[in-house]
Order: sequence, then structure tokens, then C-alpha cells
Amino acid sequence: MVPVLAAGSAETALAFIEVGALIFGLGMLARLAGRLGITAVPLYLIAGLVFGEGGIVTLDVSEDFVSLAAEIGVLLLLFALGLEYSDVELREGLRTGIPPGLVDMFSSAGIGLALGLLLGWSPLAATLLAGVTWVSSSGVISKVLADLGRVGNRETKSVLNLLVIEDLAMAIYLPVVAAVIVGGTLTETLGSVAIALVVVTVILLAALRFGRGLSDQLGRGNDETLLLAVFGLVLLVAGIAQSFDVSGAIGAFLVGLALSGRTEERVLVLVSPLRDLFAATFFVFFTFQIDPRDLIGMLGWAVLLAFLTAAAKILTGWYAARRMEVGTRGRYRAGTVLIARGEFSIVIAALGVDLADGPELGALAAAYVLITAVLGPIATRYSDPMVGWFQRRGSKTELASATVS
Amino acid sequence: MTEVQETILPGVGVRHDFTTTEGRNMGVVVHHDGRREIVMYKDDDPDACSSIVSLNPTDTQTLGEILGVSVVAEVVSEVRQELAGFSLDWVELGDAAPGVGGTIGEGEYRSKTGASIIAVIRNARPLPSPGPDFTFFAGDIAIIVGSKDEVQQLRTTLCG
Repeated sequence: MVPVLAAGSAETALAFIEVGALIFGLGMLARLAGRLGITAVPLYLIAGLVFGEGGIVTLDVSEDFVSLAAEIGVLLLLFALGLEYSDVELREGLRTGIPPGLVDMFSSAGIGLALGLLLGWSPLAATLLAGVTWVSSSGVISKVLADLGRVGNRETKSVLNLLVIEDLAMAIYLPVVAAVIVGGTLTETLGSVAIALVVVTVILLAALRFGRGLSDQLGRGNDETLLLAVFGLVLLVAGIAQSFDVSGAIGAFLVGLALSGRTEERVLVLVSPLRDLFAATFFVFFTFQIDPRDLIGMLGWAVLLAFLTAAAKILTGWYAARRMEVGTRGRYRAGTVLIARGEFSIVIAALGVDLADGPELGALAAAYVLITAVLGPIATRYSDPMVGWFQRRGSKTELASATVS
Repeated sequence: MTEVQETILPGVGVRHDFTTTEGRNMGVVVHHDGRREIVMYKDDDPDACSSIVSLNPTDTQTLGEILGVSVVAEVVSEVRQELAGFSLDWVELGDAAPGVGGTIGEGEYRSKTGASIIAVIRNARPLPSPGPDFTFFAGDIAIIVGSKDEVQQLRTTLCG
């Protein structure tokens, strides 16, 4: 290893400038996103396109650092997601959310799978595309619900339950797909899938069994010791999971699930700034590797995919809300809010970068997330007036036909 | 007591909602971070709500105390009015009150009015069962029990 400080050379200076300019630029973009009232993820993706391969500027010396930071970003994203839920909430989500979860899987993921096969991709790449179109963005959706003042709405419960189900489904989907990607003969693949499932189950059981004790132990220290211990633990578990060819992100997710109570709340506050920093690098780095020309080539398909899966999500949300005896307008609100895809879709697409269809998958996923993350929140904001307009038009037509007859 | 429905919102917190006596639906969302949001459901779309106010933990305590105390005060005043035929009341002796400076024995309050002085609050400290040689100071609060008329009579005798 090169002693960094001793090197204290022109190269270090250049790396500082590159990373500094990159992160400063992202800061400006996040601010712009706040002004526009949208999530910053699409803007980060665009920034990656502009600065990456085939773009205007390329990173030189700092690429290794940025790529490691991006990997940590995924871990922290998933870790924070795991923190969001307590075991009571998970059980509650599972208790009522399975049927809508299945509708969600068959409609949204089904469309992605079908399109992937239609494009002539390998079944594995098509399965990854299914994952991309399957999972709604918890990050975008929770922000939209808060911004639109819908947290107290009755349909919100069905939306949140569905997100829980999706996230749990990912806890199985990601490690299995990751194991299949490593590949080999059929027997080897089946073996690594089995190992993946065993590792996930073991970590999950350990998380539920020892979570409380772990939280108590970690919670004794001050903020500094807590932050260091938790950050280290996340990387450690992720690394161990990864060495079994189980997605490290899922290891991080399960560590998040294991923490509970007061410690969980403190950790969420401590880790959030770190997550924001590293996750931003992750999104930028993802589109770094995408040639903007590929993305433009995929734009047509992305629009089609966005349109079809938006319909699928509206159906899913409509059904989930109806099960909770929510009225028509609430059902459409639940459906439209689910359209937004985001961080998870990118995490899944990033798994496939080394596949033969990887570049196309990456470009399509980036374009798809750009479209849905921007248009989804807008669609749900105008859901009520739209439904109202249709209802009025419907009743007018009825009235007209009644007068005629 | 009205029935309050509790709904777990994964990742957010818990929502409590109920229908007021006037028939309006309201709810309180308790967020994980301790914030509380008071919402009212709309009449034309009972699933949608408008947020009335968002309270941090300190605000919640303030509001809770205001609401809580007024309920307690109402209950106490009811109890004070009718205690199974008895009245319980407290009387503050002003500077010019006739009772100030004299002892309870000198005043012969019970034999004159029928009501009893069961305690005195002086400088925010309760002094229970004051004896006949207890001397009233200005600012004392006497707690008296008796029938409604007796209490009224003692009140006039003590305070003028």
C-alpha cells in the first residue's frame, strides 16, 4: 500500500480537486432539486452521464476512491432502509400485505421480465430488469407522502405495507440473483443459491434473536463510539455476506433490521448524513459507466416501460387500498404514488454491469428511473383532480344518456 | 370514552383516529422521531386529511398540559359542586376578611354556621385538621365542608 500522506504529491492534490468538484457539484444539484420540489436522484444520474464515459469530463485518479465510495453508498442505503422498520412493523406488513404484494410482483416485475426477453436479452438480464421495474422507491415515496401531507391518509397504510413487502422480497431476490450472476454450471449455481439463502436466513434469525441485546450493547456508548461501531459492523457483515457471494447490501439491510428502539433512532440520525454523502456518489458512479448515446437509444423503450409499469402500479395500489376499504380517490392516490422508482432499481441494475446485456440494461434502467422518479410524484399530485374530472365527465355522460333515453 | 383506532404505519409511526361527538373525523399521527401531527379528515373524501398542525415533543407537552388541566379542572369543579349532598369549597381570606387575626375557636364557626374547616392552605402548604387555637393570616385558603347553605354562610362569615 502506498502511504498516502507521504505521497502528498500532485496526484493527491488532483484527487482532492476531482472529488471535491464532484461532491460540490452534487451539493448544488441537491439544492436545485429541493427548489424544484423533486428528489435529487434523477439529477445525480444526469450528472453521472455528463461527467462519465462518453461524457464531457472523465475522472482520472480518483476513480478507485469514487467506486469504493459508491459501494459503501449502496450498503448505507440498504442499512438505513432496514433501520426504518421495527419487527412489529414487519410482522404487520406481512400480515396484511401478501396479496397486494403478489399482484405487485406479477404485474410490475412481469412487465419488466417480458420486455427484457422481448429485447432478446439473456433470462438473467431480463430477471434483473424485472427487479428494476418491480420495486417502488421508498425514499421518493416517503418524501412525496410527507410533502403532500398524506401521511395521515387512510390509503397510506396500504402503500407503506406494500413497500415493506417489496423490501422483504428484495431480501430474497437480491442474494439469489447475485448468486446466479456468479454463475458456473447448473449444480454450482444451485449450490451458491442455496448458500445465499442459508446465509440470509442465518443473519435474519440472528438479527431477530440477538437484535435487542446488540442494540442495548451498542447503545451504551456515546455518539462517536456508536457511529464507529455501527459503521464498522455494517461493512463487516456486508463483507462476510459478499464473501459467500450473497449480496453485501442485503447483509447491511439485515443489520439495519436487527437494531431497535432508542439505539435505532440514534443510529438513524448519525448515519443519515453519511448515507446521503455516499449514496449520492453511488448514483453518480452508476451513470458514469453509461454512455449517454446508449441511454438515448434506450429512451423509447424506457418510456414504454414507464407507461406500462405505471399502469401496473396504479392497479396494485388501487387493489391494496380497496382491500382497506378506501374510496375511489384514495385508491388512485395509492396507485399513482407507487409509480416512482429509484434507489433500489439502480442497485439491482448495478448488479448486472458485467453481463453481456449489462450496458443496455444499465442505460434502460437509468432512463427508466429518470422518467418515473420525476413523473411519478407529479402524477400523484394531480391524481385527485384527474379522478374528479373523470368522475364528473362520467356522471355527465350518464346524465346525457339518461336525458336522451 | 370514544373508541380510538390505532394503525401502525411502517417506517413512519402510529396513527390514532376517532370521530368527535360532533361527528368529525380527526387523527393524530405519532412519528418515530416524536413529532405529532394533528389531522382532520375531509367531509367529501373521508380517506384524505388535511394537516392542522405539526408538533415537536415540547409542543406536544404544552398542548397536552393545556388540554389535560382544563379537563381536570372541570372534573374538580363538578366534584366540588355535589359531593353526595355535601359541598366542598375553598375560600381565600383577603387582607380585609373578618376572619383574619382570629382563631378558629374564637370564631365559633361550626356552631354558628354548621360547616367545618377541614384544612388550611398557607404558602402553598396544606395544614390539615386545624385546631381551635389556629389563627388565620391574610392569604390563607380555608377548605370547608358542609351543606350548600352552611358552606355559603361560613364563606360570608370568614370573608365578609
